[in-house]
Amino acid sequence: MADIRNNFVGIKSPNPFWLASAPPTDKAYNVERAFKAGWGGVVWKTLGEEGPPIVNVNGPRYGAIWGADRRLLGLNNIELITDRDLYLNLREIKQVKKNWPDRALIVSLMVPCEEQAWKKILPLVEETEADGIELNFGCPHGMSERGMGSAVGQVPEYIEMVARWCKASTRMPVIVKLTPNITDIRYPARAAKAGGADAVSLINTISSITSVDLDTFSPEPSIDGKGSHGGYCGPAVKPIALNMVAEIARDSETAGLPISGIGGVTTWRDAAEFLALGAGNVQVCTAAMTYGFKIVEELKEGLSNWMDSKGHRTLDDITGRATPNVTDWQYLNLNYVTKAKIDQEACIQCGRCHIACEDTSHQAITSMVDGRRHFEVIEEECVGCNLCVNVCPVEGCITMVPLKAGARDRRTGRKVEKTYANWTQHPNNPSVRTAAE
Amino acid sequence: MEPKQLAEGIAAGRISRKKIAENFSDLHPPLDAHEAAVAADRCYFCYDAPCMTACPTSIDIPLFIRQISTGDANGAAKTIFDQNILGGMCARVCPTETLCEQACVRMEAEGKPVEIGLLQRFATDSLMDGKKHPYKRAKATGKHVAVAGAGPAGLACAHRLALKGHKVSVYEARRKPGGLNEYGIAAYKTVDDFARREVDFVLAIGGIDVKYGADIGGAITLDGLREGHDAVFVGMGLGGVNALGLGGARPEGVEDAVDFIAALRQAKDKSKIAVGRRVVVIGGGMTAVDCAVQAKLLGAEEVTICYRRGQEHMNASAFEQELAAASGVTIRHWLAPHRLKSKGGRLTGVELEYTTLSKGKLAGTGETITLAADQVFSAIGQTLDTVALGERLELRKGRIRTKADGRTSLKGVWAGGDCTDRGDDLTVTAVAQGRDAAESIHAALMG
Repeated sequence: MADIRNNFVGIKSPNPFWLASAPPTDKAYNVERAFKAGWGGVVWKTLGEEGPPIVNVNGPRYGAIWGADRRLLGLNNIELITDRDLYLNLREIKQVKKNWPDRALIVSLMVPCEEQAWKKILPLVEETEADGIELNFGCPHGMSERGMGSAVGQVPEYIEMVARWCKASTRMPVIVKLTPNITDIRYPARAAKAGGADAVSLINTISSITSVDLDTFSPEPSIDGKGSHGGYCGPAVKPIALNMVAEIARDSETAGLPISGIGGVTTWRDAAEFLALGAGNVQVCTAAMTYGFKIVEELKEGLSNWMDSKGHRTLDDITGRATPNVTDWQYLNLNYVTKAKIDQEACIQCGRCHIACEDTSHQAITSMVDGRRHFEVIEEECVGCNLCVNVCPVEGCITMVPLKAGARDRRTGRKVEKTYANWTQHPNNPSVRTAAE
Repeated sequence: MEPKQLAEGIAAGRISRKKIAENFSDLHPPLDAHEAAVAADRCYFCYDAPCMTACPTSIDIPLFIRQISTGDANGAAKTIFDQNILGGMCARVCPTETLCEQACVRMEAEGKPVEIGLLQRFATDSLMDGKKHPYKRAKATGKHVAVAGAGPAGLACAHRLALKGHKVSVYEARRKPGGLNEYGIAAYKTVDDFARREVDFVLAIGGIDVKYGADIGGAITLDGLREGHDAVFVGMGLGGVNALGLGGARPEGVEDAVDFIAALRQAKDKSKIAVGRRVVVIGGGMTAVDCAVQAKLLGAEEVTICYRRGQEHMNASAFEQELAAASGVTIRHWLAPHRLKSKGGRLTGVELEYTTLSKGKLAGTGETITLAADQVFSAIGQTLDTVALGERLELRKGRIRTKADGRTSLKGVWAGGDCTDRGDDLTVTAVAQGRDAAESIHAALMG
């Protein structure tokens, strides 16, 4: 049996699946249910400073996009940080931590960008015996207009400053949650590290409008005919999150900085991918909000079963395993040649590979052979782009087969070289020519 | 058991009116919006889609399903009607399991096709419920075309001609339009007077007048139509029925299945339709199944279809055969009617001879069996009334010989549907032929 116990910056949890700071972690009732269901940890929904409670809209808070069969692919929300009393939250946090000593309980915080404000709240959180804090520098809606959330997260200097204040004022591990609403994720990550943060977590939600009501011309979710950009999350954002995690993991300045991966984790596979790209654990929200807490059973079992089947014993065996394989385009091997291959037994004759290739790509798949409907790759035209694989409705029906060294690429007529050669070495690269002269 | 269920002989009201009404409700209840969305999501939007190729009217099925899935059911209906103006009826009566749905790639993938027929019905119902005809006639051409028969072929032809701006006069032998859609399809396949509503929908394009009681060979003649119009389309269907050919007087209780089916369709109260306690249906096609299943639904105790060949030879689709079996009808193969048994002029049973294929030819084995029966329905095919046509048209296998565009051997005369050599007893084929003949007529008139 694989050991999926997690140790993230010293915070221990029985598994690497935490619930992200979000509506599901707003109060003891939900968090208790989550721990009963088996979640390894919870990041309590963001607390703000003491004062009159936060006010939320009283209309819809969520918008969504769906795939086939109305599978929820992306969720958008305009809910703010907790709208419950600070001390009520603190009391509940303390009680829940007492009830569940083996689970991770992290408290998300967002207070104004002033040292005093942070110095004031940190001891209150420490008193709950929570395991750590997460600085919410990511929330893109509402709070950002008040100079908090992503308004801080978009300015690396502020991140560094606040992280430093927090580290100076608490013994608790400090995790900085990053916003993806920025051009280069490495800068805020570097700032967090420079400020002494123990870890970063990412991604927070992405600024978004999910749809427009074509009767009223109001963005969704619509509040009395108006809409505001919300934070986008769910399966649709996973690729963006994976890239950002990888960017930080492979950046020489932040290499080794622990990462809590967030963004569209829905299945154990998603979680394993985040870990492979350098995350020490993952945080989940939309999947739980879509299906309930029970999915953690599939997450735990699936990860554990996969690890067993591959001989991975602990999470450390996985974390970062894919990171070295993330590189810049210019270092990709141009001597690696693949051709699509269609398994005729598996083919259901839908023809989507043909029309995708014919209309939009390289005219490399037949539709008729000898007067019969037949889809076959024309190797002379196939550039190995993988589009046919991606549009085929039958998994595994079309595969990309690498040509062996020495084989002839029927498109170029050239022999496939054994050696690795990339753009930096390519004769068409002007900078190479310059160097040669 | 209901009190009158086992009444001897042929009797009405074997089961309660309520139960009969239940029995004759919609065979495939329509999809609601959610069901349609779920069903539409399964379509892969195939390239050169096999379903479309399998459709005799070549409806762009992937396109209309995509339109349904994006909330444009009326646009979907327009896609359907562009190819098949009787798409509403075809959605109900097409043997989709042998046409589009059999070709669906989901059959290959999972053995479960996209529910194309039900989706087509969802779309067409949506537009037809809106009561607005989706087409506008082109400018009047001044040409006048006669259409003999207001069945699927004639209606499709008339609509397409009217669309092109021609004036159309339809001559229908019966008192109501629709042809087999009105008279010849099991009642549970088209409820709520849909056939009539569909005709109204088709005629709403304008420029089409329909004369009833106008049968070729009776009130009108082919030559008369040719003289009075710029072109003639014959879509008269098959007026005659094959006789059982058993000789002797026809005892009471022997009927033609098509009459029984028509009577059921036209009955306001189906509990008034009499049916035997023991019923035998002779035949192996859709008509036999429609007849047998409805006899059972009326409360007949025993209904047996006897077909002279094997199951693999039956014209009724596998789905229809299953429907019959599920309704409690027994289907027996390799039995040909040999002799009707009667007492006092009333049918008491039918003697059948076992058959076999001998060197590819059907032959009796000499062994017989007698099935007790109060009522025997003959469903062994229909015939073209060639006498009515005046022996002017060239025939092939007893049907009007036609070219692919519907032209007959007579100049200015086109034909389509079951009365032609290219007919195949399917509404959808008749529609395709009527439509294509209209295009050919239009080209000839305007050329």
